[in-house]
Amino acid sequence: MGYLLISPTALIVFVMVVLPILWTVSLAFQDVHLLNLSTTGVIGDHSLDNFTEVLTSPGFIDALVTTLIYSVLGTACAIGVGVVAALALRAPFRGRGLVRACMLIPYVAPVVAATFVWTTMLNPQFGVVNHYGTTLLGWDDPIAFLSSAKPVSIFGIETHVSVSLLTVILFEGWRSFPFAFLFITARMQAIPETLEEAATVDGATPSQRFRYIVLPQLLPTLAVLTVLRFIWTFNNFDDIYLLTGGGSGTQVVAVRVYDYLINRGDIGAAAAQALVLAAILAILVTAYLKLFGRSEEVS
Amino acid sequence: MSGLTRDNIERRLFGVLRPVIIVLLLVICLFPFYYMVFLSFRPLDAVLQDPGALWPQAGEIDLSTYKEVLASTESGGQGFLIFIRNSAVVAVGTVVLSLLVAIPGAYAVSRLDFFGRRQISAVFLGVYFFPAILLAIPLFVFFTRIGQRGTLSGLVVVYVAQVAAVTIYMLRNYFDTIPPSLEEAAAIDGCTRLQAMRQISLPLALPAIASNALFVFMIAWNEFLFALLFLVENRSRWTVSLGLSQLSGSIEVPTTVLMAGAVILTVPIIVLFFVSERWLAGGLTAGAEKG
Repeated sequence: MGYLLISPTALIVFVMVVLPILWTVSLAFQDVHLLNLSTTGVIGDHSLDNFTEVLTSPGFIDALVTTLIYSVLGTACAIGVGVVAALALRAPFRGRGLVRACMLIPYVAPVVAATFVWTTMLNPQFGVVNHYGTTLLGWDDPIAFLSSAKPVSIFGIETHVSVSLLTVILFEGWRSFPFAFLFITARMQAIPETLEEAATVDGATPSQRFRYIVLPQLLPTLAVLTVLRFIWTFNNFDDIYLLTGGGSGTQVVAVRVYDYLINRGDIGAAAAQALVLAAILAILVTAYLKLFGRSEEVS
Repeated sequence: MSGLTRDNIERRLFGVLRPVIIVLLLVICLFPFYYMVFLSFRPLDAVLQDPGALWPQAGEIDLSTYKEVLASTESGGQGFLIFIRNSAVVAVGTVVLSLLVAIPGAYAVSRLDFFGRRQISAVFLGVYFFPAILLAIPLFVFFTRIGQRGTLSGLVVVYVAQVAAVTIYMLRNYFDTIPPSLEEAAAIDGCTRLQAMRQISLPLALPAIASNALFVFMIAWNEFLFALLFLVENRSRWTVSLGLSQLSGSIEVPTTVLMAGAVILTVPIIVLFFVSERWLAGGLTAGAEKG
């Protein structure tokens, strides 16, 4: 009976998710191109050529570093803003429910619409951000937020991060902080008020109450959020593809896979890169879980 | 005394910072969408002449952008009506099919004991650890080979597989909260398992099913990568997301017209979100506070 009820789901997940993953592994070891697709079987001549080609090709390591920077800073940004927002909206006030709902809009809005309006707002010719940047903030020139490969320098030291990469990281923070905010708010509501009241009586200041009472309670939630957000940001394709198309120092591996698949029609190399991406992610997440102990599962 | 002073300073500081932060966050979250709506009503030359305008000037509101974006390509528009139809077909199809598949599945995982029950959720979730772009490659190859790439139904099947795990997870959480004793009572009254499920548990789970349906609808409506890979070659099959992204690359279509398209893409989602916000937030974070 149980099998009967679960079988439709199992079937569709198996055919549309599990089999494709296995097939990607097979494709990664074959010489498959869009052009010779119709003549390639599921089983073909297997070789490691794709992996050698991909791993030694110029730009792959660069894309990997960009992916790492993007996901680490994007995750940090999203969770950081999420904590600040949850704290700011913690004490009740009139209309708090509505404000909380508004905070979630960047996350639920369609990614294509969100990227389009930001692209327009950041446009160097008629974008509203550059207009006020040059007239009010005294910028010398409009900033090409999404097409400038100029490295950002901190204290005179040039970093790997280009202006565009910084922009897409901030966009990721804008779009994903609501997710962190939602979970942190839910967790905060479960913290017993008596704890903080007792601490207040003992003379703890607001920042001390956060540091010693609230934060320790949030840590497990923050750990889970970090893993989830990191995985999703690491695999993210839509945002960067839509904002910059992967240009000017923002080419992450997912966008590179798409480029190999569609523009070069090199299916084998695309599959090999996607597998390398998944393998690196698996190693990173395992290392994280080992380092910070077994965090509780989401389910 | 110094502790008291620090306490006072901090209280005052946070007392000032808090409203500032709230206003700042609200502006950051809402302004892009306000600006989207605002630009969609402005003529393009007005935007180019005065890019700093933040609210409508007298007599400047222009509805022709919506006419142009919705009208079919034959009558000189951008054909968004067809895109809306495609998006609706795909989203509704995904909702119906995924509920048909996931309700029995979630029920089984929640209620019935069978070998591998615990592992099955782990497998479902673990599978979603893989990047979408990795799945996209073989699915692209597969649907090209069987000649189904470019069909809306092919896309629906892919979407159902994509949302299956989260659907089962949400529904199972809800089934877990319905006491099994209700069904047991029905069984004593002579109901079979299926009857008990249909007549007792399903009606009780309706709120969860409804919010889940909305959630899946929003995912399918917003989805971009698979729509891009599957449908890009045939304009008459484009979804709203795909249409907007494709047309935004061309210089021939004015930005303000596309902004009207962006509003059309966003409004259904925002409306659904505010209708269902309470259930959705609760459903997604259920179990989070156990942590």
